Amino acid sequence: MKLSSGTIRLIIPAASLALLLAAVFYMQPRAMSYTGLNLLFNLAVPIALATIAQMLIMSVNDLDLSMGTFVSFCACVAATVLQTSPLLGVLIFIGAIAAYAGMGVLIHVRELPSIVVTLGMSFVWGGLAVLILPSPGGTAPSWARAIMTAKPPLVPMAIVASILIAAVTHYIVMRSSFGVLMRGTGGNDRSVERAGWSVIGIRAATYALAGLFAILAGIALVGLATSADANIALRYTLLSIAGVILGGGEFVGGKVSPIGAVIGALTLTLAGSFLSFMRISPDWQIGAQGAILIVVLALRLALNRLEKREKHQ
Amino acid sequence: MTDPLKREEVVAARAIKVTFGAVKALDGADLVIHSGECVGLVGHNGAGKSTIVNVINGGLEPHDGTLTYGGQAVHGISAARTNGVRCVFQELSLCPNLTVNENVRIMHAELKGWNWRARAGELVVAQLQKIFPGHAIDCDSTVDDLSIAERQMVEIAISFAGLNQRPKLVILDEPTSSLDAGLAAQLMAYIRTFIGDGGSVLLISHILGEILSTSDRIVVMKDGRVVADRAAKEFNTHSLVEAMGNVVREQEFSRKTTEQTGSPVLSMPPPRGHGIAFKAYRGEMIGLAGLGGHGQTDALLDLYLEHNSNWWPTRKRDIAFVAGDRSLNGTFPLWSILKNLSIASLSQLSSRKIVDRAREDALGAGWKQRIEIRTPDIANRILSLSGGNQQKVLFARALATTASTVLMDDPMRGVDIGTKQEVYEILRSEAAKGRTFIWYSTEMDEIRLCDRVYVFREGVIVAELVGDEISEKNVLAASFSEGEAA
Repeated sequence: MKLSSGTIRLIIPAASLALLLAAVFYMQPRAMSYTGLNLLFNLAVPIALATIAQMLIMSVNDLDLSMGTFVSFCACVAATVLQTSPLLGVLIFIGAIAAYAGMGVLIHVRELPSIVVTLGMSFVWGGLAVLILPSPGGTAPSWARAIMTAKPPLVPMAIVASILIAAVTHYIVMRSSFGVLMRGTGGNDRSVERAGWSVIGIRAATYALAGLFAILAGIALVGLATSADANIALRYTLLSIAGVILGGGEFVGGKVSPIGAVIGALTLTLAGSFLSFMRISPDWQIGAQGAILIVVLALRLALNRLEKREKHQ
Repeated sequence: MTDPLKREEVVAARAIKVTFGAVKALDGADLVIHSGECVGLVGHNGAGKSTIVNVINGGLEPHDGTLTYGGQAVHGISAARTNGVRCVFQELSLCPNLTVNENVRIMHAELKGWNWRARAGELVVAQLQKIFPGHAIDCDSTVDDLSIAERQMVEIAISFAGLNQRPKLVILDEPTSSLDAGLAAQLMAYIRTFIGDGGSVLLISHILGEILSTSDRIVVMKDGRVVADRAAKEFNTHSLVEAMGNVVREQEFSRKTTEQTGSPVLSMPPPRGHGIAFKAYRGEMIGLAGLGGHGQTDALLDLYLEHNSNWWPTRKRDIAFVAGDRSLNGTFPLWSILKNLSIASLSQLSSRKIVDRAREDALGAGWKQRIEIRTPDIANRILSLSGGNQQKVLFARALATTASTVLMDDPMRGVDIGTKQEVYEILRSEAAKGRTFIWYSTEMDEIRLCDRVYVFREGVIVAELVGDEISEKNVLAASFSEGEAA
């Protein structure tokens, strides 16, 4: 059977998730239950949404370093304005999406490095978050709380949400015409432009879509945490980048995989629990998490080489 | 035109002027293409061929002159596309991360709605079958996974395909640069049928045989102007080269009888025990021939990696590589011409780990003169050069090193005859000084320059030709013959 390169790209992330899950179940068999799984993967939902947002930006060869502060900002808005006056909250979110689209236009028109622009914007979002919520607090909108704590039959919400996110974004990114244009822009923007498409429009739409997913990440996070804080999601910037790479995406060339990105986010979340179950002291956990990342990426590199060698024979 | 029927003008560019800084890329060029004709466009590197193509396809706004499509004066890429102008660029311009079908979707905006994937697939498969009958391209595979020849075939097929509206004018800029003789012939035959159906083609090629046999009319450009515009029948190779401003040099067969003394500088056992072993001696020029994509590039890479570990770069390198796909692994697009040239010899240009600017400049100036890089300033960005001139810089990069062996992966793709002759001479003199050249080429004229030729088929060497045995007939015979030639 001939496997497409897209499928091969997915094997390593899926296998690492399965292996990690098996290790967790072996050490803590009680995790193998409805509640156990929900607890293990609950926090993965906002991370998965943020990872998808990052993946969209990366599919047009950019990188968003403001992801963490932006998700924090959205969480603060969700816990305060969206809760008290929903209409104003929605307006703020629409404004935020427009700001993302504007960022995409600016980066394209002025040929600025996205890293610089988004790094600058990260301070803007961080400042706005502190203005909205100077001290930790606020309450989650009841509907967000209800969605995140829902208990569907048989499969826990965290799993259902992850599958849903993966399916929807797979359709948008891998199957739809817009997704093709988006990835095409990442692969070779000149040829997309020569075919008569507006690359500015594609970039703006991609950034706007990424903004939307980041907002959903903020709402989901508040739904889980019940309250917010201006620094609630700072680590999402690097987590989301790691999730995309772990899931088989690449920094340049429009090579991304939404299913892989969701799996990558789940793997990152699980790695934390795995290390706790191993009774590794929190001092070492970050290092150990890094080690897991390196192992997975090394495996992927080895697989890529193998694939290349097979092609030559 | 002597044609009594006044044919419809598809594109008319008149008195076009384009300048890039101090360089006049086009200086009042005229190019009119009628329906139902194939126009051949020839000229030196930097004569303005690619620039006028970019003007016609709407990518470049002319600074002066008029441009009309079917009589209407409109501008821009989408205007050109709605008027049926399609272009296959010299550097391959598909999205490498997408599948063939998805690339079709990008190039054909009218493939809207449900199930476009299947329709796109049908469209490109049908067109590929029409142009290159018997091809074996899987349209669900990613472009990355295709060979360079297959990518070129796909790009050509996508440009000729039309869903609702057939293209009126297809511009082919060096379409056969990566195709072997068989595929190139199929393409040329298809161009004639396309012309017969009333379409027009603008064909740019450095292979004059193709131009002469396929075009109805030939336009010769020089220094941004059209210097000749006559029916193809009135030209022959000699007069065409003369019109381009070249003095036709007779092929010098200064091929030396190689004394294979001592131990070979490079050798490689036959892969998996099939075919002939590879050996190269000092001062030899060895050709790797055969149909495109039959393992020649892999053989070069194997030779290279044998001497340079993949994991740990060796300090003193004795082997240099001239890449064929210059945008993929040749040039550093953001760097200047000088930096691109000197990168391989930085260690010899530096004292105490600091690069000596004066020596670097001297090296740059020397090579600029020696191979005539067409630029006002060598500190300009490499992308300001035309394709052929970029390739010259890559040559200079390899030759400027102290490496005793130079591997070349079809490096003359899209280089004009004048430059080629100059480079051949440099190669000859370098070989005489004891350098070894291993040269994969898809062009027979280049293979004939070599002292010894290995013919590849399906990844193994099937024949070794020495001296006078090297002829197109023998190479083709070995490329197609079944069974072991040795």
